[in-house]
Amino acid sequence: MPLRTPCTIVRVEGPRAVRRRLLELGLTPGATIAVVGVSPLGDPLELSVRGARISVRKKEALGIEVTR
Amino acid sequence: MSLRVALAGNPNTGKTSLFNRLTGSQARVGNYAGVTVELAEGDIQLGEGVGKVTVVDVPGTYSLTARSREEQVAIDCLLGLSGVARPELVVCCVDATNLSRNLYFVLQAQELGLNLLVALTMGDEAGMDAVSAEALSALIECPVVSVIARTGEGVPQLRLAMASALQAAPPAPRFRFAPSSLLAERIARVREALPNDWPNSDALALWALMSVGEGDELSIPASLRAAVRREVPSDEDGKLLDDECVCARYAWIDAHLLTQAPANERRVLTERLDAVLIHPVWGFLSFLGIQLLVFQSLFSWSDPAIALVEVCFGALGNQVSALLGDNLFSQLMVEGVIAGAGSVVVFLPQILLLFFFIGLMEDSGYMARVAYLMDRIMKSMGLHGRAFVPMMSGFACAVPAILATRTMERQRDRLLTMMVVPLMTCSARLPVYTLIISAMFAPSARVLGLPVQGGLMVAMYVFSVLMALIAAWVLSKTILRASSSALILELPPYRVPRLIDIGRMMWQRTRSFLREAGTVILACSVAIWFLLTFPRLDEQQLAGLDAEQRAGKELAESYGGQLGHAIEPAIAPLGFDWKIGVGIIGAFAAREVFVATMGVVYSAGEDQDEESETLRDKLRTESKADGTPAYTPLVGLSLLVFFALACQCMSTLAVVKRETQGYRWPLFLFAYMTGLAWLMSFGLYQGGLLLGFG
Repeated sequence: MPLRTPCTIVRVEGPRAVRRRLLELGLTPGATIAVVGVSPLGDPLELSVRGARISVRKKEALGIEVTR
Repeated sequence: MSLRVALAGNPNTGKTSLFNRLTGSQARVGNYAGVTVELAEGDIQLGEGVGKVTVVDVPGTYSLTARSREEQVAIDCLLGLSGVARPELVVCCVDATNLSRNLYFVLQAQELGLNLLVALTMGDEAGMDAVSAEALSALIECPVVSVIARTGEGVPQLRLAMASALQAAPPAPRFRFAPSSLLAERIARVREALPNDWPNSDALALWALMSVGEGDELSIPASLRAAVRREVPSDEDGKLLDDECVCARYAWIDAHLLTQAPANERRVLTERLDAVLIHPVWGFLSFLGIQLLVFQSLFSWSDPAIALVEVCFGALGNQVSALLGDNLFSQLMVEGVIAGAGSVVVFLPQILLLFFFIGLMEDSGYMARVAYLMDRIMKSMGLHGRAFVPMMSGFACAVPAILATRTMERQRDRLLTMMVVPLMTCSARLPVYTLIISAMFAPSARVLGLPVQGGLMVAMYVFSVLMALIAAWVLSKTILRASSSALILELPPYRVPRLIDIGRMMWQRTRSFLREAGTVILACSVAIWFLLTFPRLDEQQLAGLDAEQRAGKELAESYGGQLGHAIEPAIAPLGFDWKIGVGIIGAFAAREVFVATMGVVYSAGEDQDEESETLRDKLRTESKADGTPAYTPLVGLSLLVFFALACQCMSTLAVVKRETQGYRWPLFLFAYMTGLAWLMSFGLYQGGLLLGFG
């Protein structure tokens, strides 16, 4: 997923607790999301969703499937 | 019983500012049973036939669904479960710049049928795009008051609305979505299993269905857990259920909310700041600069205040001593009680300074960036990104550093940090290191062309960091394994911190330290004074000795001295004699006391400090029965390692006891650190002897 390109969430995978937390923060299918930054050491990522900035590690971010 | 109002909502909504606005200086902090979550409470007078009301500041949360015991605090506080009193009204803070996510929480509260009043905050930041209180109120069918906590605007109106909401009947539970028939059946069956003393509602049954899952740490009756497991046998079923509910709530929000997340000025400013503060190069440089500033302030700026405390307590001791004369009671008061109280108060400058900086970093939004920047490094050791600040503060003193672990939400992250922070080279170790290094290594000694004395000091710092990181890694793989290692963290917009909020937080932290840890420290220092003073010797035994020799003999014959003799077999393999044993026992009051205790043991007088030539010389010339020097460089190294690792600090243990609400973790801390110290010193000394050093 390229940097700073808004995409639409298709589905969120991962362990139930992590996934639920992401969904409840507004990362629901259909919501717009963008990767706006990467931590200087390469992990975690900074995501923009519903006007907020959420930081998640790459491992969890890989479970977020998006489409352009 | 006064009426209770819970103040709830998402983190970073200005909830604590609003709480301070409402309660003024009336707030008190209590602990929530079972976990170290603090709940602030304050009484306010609402008038209007309502009278006194207790406001409770519920920890901020994005959702009421819970997995850990800490997350459960929110629902317990809102519904009055687990022995918490049920509030008559819930004031929910809703951030106008982040409406959809904040409304998710509101919908959950409405499903539960809570008597709800919305405080719409940050309206000033949302600017022109801000939703009006009237429009929001019409949408969610619940009273809404616009409040700007920073200026206090809207607070009188909020108080009026609170008074009238308290007199109104609570609304009926309200779902914004129709559960599928499968979900409705599951809810009905789980509802049957809800405990009798819980409110019997669909929403609470749904809460259990969403919260209970593999590896949850909730405190709920086994029958309820079993009922949920019957309905949701696997996490895969649970995921479908989560999808249905979460997506249905957000679908309602998206359908009804017209203004989607305005790109407000605050966001633009935040992005500009973040372009520097989390930049690959400038981000780390500014991070290092900020941390150096904090460290410098703890390490040196606190010095004058610490010196002042010491001078004041010293003067007080002299006054009391002059007043009471030279007797046992006077000694107890001066050397036990006043010195003990001094050793509590002496922590205040560093605690206040550290919490001032932590308050600035938390309230400005920078602390989330610390976790963002440091996560990769800290994660590899099993630590939370936010553990960096406590770990670094540990270089100054473990006591404020352990109090600073509060910035982490999870109990497990806090415990892990508390268990390794005492390994960092705190400032109390420095006088001990200085004495040992200068007494046992010649100033002219060089290894590989580097001066040994300075090199050893640097080596001790590196050694302590390595040991702390290794200990964190080992503990995180064994007894403190994380149940879920995901990091999901909001990077909130930057805001200018309000000094009054920080001041109040500093005061609360300090007060709870004085009350809970201070008493333990005081009791311990009296106990140690007793050990080093009794039994008393009569004049006959002391005949023919000068004052300094007397003090030395008295100490040697005291219970502490006897204890030093008693532990000699245990410490002899490390190269220590009973005199060092007495020093180690005395150092339990505070590490730097080692220097003064050694001064007495060697009859060099009490007023020795690490720079004193007398004590150094006595140590250098001390010899064993066979005439060989007692303090070889090898003994020195062994002693350095021992002091680096052993948990020689009752104040640290007292604070860990206070923060973990029990004796289990301080005992573990003491056992593992002292065990590690013994093993490492043993290995070093015996290995050195085998190799022919010493």
